[in-house]
Amino acid sequence: MELFFFIPIALLSVLLALGVVFNSSPIGSAVSLIGMMLCLAGVFVLQSAHFLAILQVLIYAGAIMVLFMFVIMLLNLKTAEDSVWKSREHNTLLSVLTGFLVLGLAYKMVEIAMDSNFGPGMPVKDGFGTTEAVGTVLFTDYVLPFEVASILLLVAMIGALVLAKTKID
Amino acid sequence: MVELEYYLILSGILFSIGVLGVLVRRNAIVVFMCVEIMLNAVNISLIAFDRYNNQHDGQVFSFMVMCVAAAEVSVGLAIVISMYRNKPTINLDEFNLMKW
Repeated sequence: MELFFFIPIALLSVLLALGVVFNSSPIGSAVSLIGMMLCLAGVFVLQSAHFLAILQVLIYAGAIMVLFMFVIMLLNLKTAEDSVWKSREHNTLLSVLTGFLVLGLAYKMVEIAMDSNFGPGMPVKDGFGTTEAVGTVLFTDYVLPFEVASILLLVAMIGALVLAKTKID
Repeated sequence: MVELEYYLILSGILFSIGVLGVLVRRNAIVVFMCVEIMLNAVNISLIAFDRYNNQHDGQVFSFMVMCVAAAEVSVGLAIVISMYRNKPTINLDEFNLMKW
């Protein structure tokens, strides 16, 4: 039953990820990426990580992608980008080697995953992946990384302000 | 019940697509999006192993990955905006000031 939901979601997310790479307009890439994030939220729900699925929708598909859309609209890339979808046409050898590299990477990863022999997982206990369960672990075992993450976000906020405000030359 | 391997295969394929995008695309914003794909692929395998071992540590790690992704995107897009101010393009091939 889980497979019945997993296969379409996985295929759709792979298709949308390819759509991000091979789309000619940046706004199309961004829309494909939003679709992929939502599909991955579905994958998280299948793994009964409900809290992370909600965070995926809120943070990735909401906040981060709105930021992407905002910057794309702000820079008005339709007119600025003279070469819409160009790979390195002046270096065919390099493109072919890149393609082989990525194919080899994918093949090796899939092969390792197929060869490894995982047994059936442990039975999932009640309340797995809920906000309460994740929050308990987050605020007991990982409270120091949590605080460091808040400092990281503060630094990123100040850095973004400074970088986008001043004129660098 | 889907086996762990299916999730790992999905994660590997998505990661490879992200690598392909980073290596092939010249548009700086699309390169950032491909980095997001790679981070999401890592999140999938973290959560899959987490469910397999029936503990919550992996979910906390992927929470941290989301924090880092948010920070990275905000700073990166600010850098893209300030690059665009100096030279009105975001084609990465045109920014070779620090190239050897």
